[in-house]
Amino acid sequence: MLLAQVIVGGLLLGAIYALFSSGLTLIWGMMNFINFAHGEFVMLGMYVALLVVVWLGGGPATFGFAAAFALFVLGVIVYASLIRHVMRGPMLAQILSTFGLALLLRYTAFWIFSANFVSLPQVSLSGTLNVGGILMPVPQLVAGVAAIALTLGLHLLLTRTTVGSQLLAVAEDRNAAMLMGIRPDRMQALAWGLAAGSAGIAGALMAVSYPWSPSVGETFGLTAFVVVTLGGFGSVPGAMYAGLIIGLIQALSAYWLGPIYKDIVVYALFAALLWLRPQGLMGKA
Amino acid sequence: MKWSLPALAALLLFYPFILTGPFYWDIGVAFLLAAISASAWNIVGGYAGQVSVGHSMFFGVGAYTPLLFYHLWGLPPVAGVPAGMLVSLALAVAIGMPTFRLQGHYFSMATIAVAELIRIFVGTWDLVGAAIGLQGPAVGRAWWDLTFRSELPYYYIFLAVLAVVLYTTFEVERSRFGYYLRAIKAGERAARSLGVPVRATKLKALMLSAVFTSVAGSLYSIKTGFIDPESGFGILVSVQMVIVAALGGAATLFGPLIGALLLVPLQTATNTWFGGGGSGLTYILYGGIIVLLARFEPGGMHEWWQHVAPRLMRRSHAA
Repeated sequence: MLLAQVIVGGLLLGAIYALFSSGLTLIWGMMNFINFAHGEFVMLGMYVALLVVVWLGGGPATFGFAAAFALFVLGVIVYASLIRHVMRGPMLAQILSTFGLALLLRYTAFWIFSANFVSLPQVSLSGTLNVGGILMPVPQLVAGVAAIALTLGLHLLLTRTTVGSQLLAVAEDRNAAMLMGIRPDRMQALAWGLAAGSAGIAGALMAVSYPWSPSVGETFGLTAFVVVTLGGFGSVPGAMYAGLIIGLIQALSAYWLGPIYKDIVVYALFAALLWLRPQGLMGKA
Repeated sequence: MKWSLPALAALLLFYPFILTGPFYWDIGVAFLLAAISASAWNIVGGYAGQVSVGHSMFFGVGAYTPLLFYHLWGLPPVAGVPAGMLVSLALAVAIGMPTFRLQGHYFSMATIAVAELIRIFVGTWDLVGAAIGLQGPAVGRAWWDLTFRSELPYYYIFLAVLAVVLYTTFEVERSRFGYYLRAIKAGERAARSLGVPVRATKLKALMLSAVFTSVAGSLYSIKTGFIDPESGFGILVSVQMVIVAALGGAATLFGPLIGALLLVPLQTATNTWFGGGGSGLTYILYGGIIVLLARFEPGGMHEWWQHVAPRLMRRSHAA
């Protein structure tokens, strides 16, 4: 029974991994660009949730939306002021831009919020659900289900709507899209907004049940790399499956080997993937 | 321009006598170490255009092996330096082989992930001191322990190593290998179609870079006599190398020196002004500098100067 509970917990956390990783994979699929600051976006989403709860009050819907909106705006600003200018420049500029941004955001967060771990004050979500002997904390359950729903929503947005087609058109061929009357700049700004927004809301969902400090951004950023590599670069469904798998692997290795090994196992998996199947489960090399 | 190289060499040789005292010598040693590691990074990150953001793995390996040799067998730390170079070489092959088949972003991602993997792993491994780290000999048993009370011997050892790294880079620049690197950086597909062995060349650059970075790590730990996971494998070690090289001018011989010349005094200043809390502000500053560099002048101060200098010349002629 304990094992079943570990599995459920891993999948629920994995759902959140899937959500923020789909943002990273969207950017990669759109513009062959790796965002090293993606984990910091998740971390900022957590602090936005905290500030909203402390200053304004309100339930998960309020702070979840606030985090998504704040990070959406940040994503668009980052694109317009930084990424747009470096994305066709030398490789060094591409990588340094978001790498520097990650440092800037991380250490500014350390400076403002200190290195201490914080957690959300008790919000309206609480209690545990007993399903056939498996105890599920309601906050994690709600967060996990919401994360999966949002990831699916992002996938549907990309595949079933006009905006999604426009985004994919720009990804496919920027010039041809431009000839069809699509403004690539606007679409790429939207992609950055969506990616950062998904990271923000994922952070808010995680903040409900886990304490955090500014250093979690680094861990989540690397987790997102592993998820995206496993799922295949550019594939949102791939990120979803891979997120769930990584969550599961982490939970099981923490259960069997001990909590300190959960990150080691995941990064070792990443190293193995690079050797054996760098294009991931669903990707094309 | 003809005299700039001898002048630079003379300046570095006599610096400890121009600015005397432990404070300035300490800055000098920090400058040399930053210049050595950034020059080593520059070979693969600058010349080959393969941007590593996890070079701390080689630095850390080089830093740990000397103290591990002392810790386990009581050997002089220097004996561990070649072992560190070998392990770094193996690590470079293990990372370069799979990632150099793929686009450049993969390499960057792999480097940061592997460096982090090693940092966490070393932090849990009791043999290498886990989270506490390792210590060198507290008091030197003989000269070969290289524990000097003064900074001066370290200054000249580091200077000699810097000279070797710069000379090697200079030779690489002029060789066929150097042309291959530039061709790859300018366009991998075009280089391959012209018959450049792309993967092998990139791998060679990474191996060379890894060995020198490892030596830099060894110098650091032998001088400090102490190493822990954060100061060996931490992400900030990699950041320092990247920012020093990029600020001065990546893919230029003296770029890392210029970068170190600007950054090390800046770091000392922020640490003195803001005290213990200064390190956090230093990294905010680093992040800001990196973002601004990427946005406005990815070629660093070297390229900036090449834009500015002709304009200044023209103005002075006109006047």
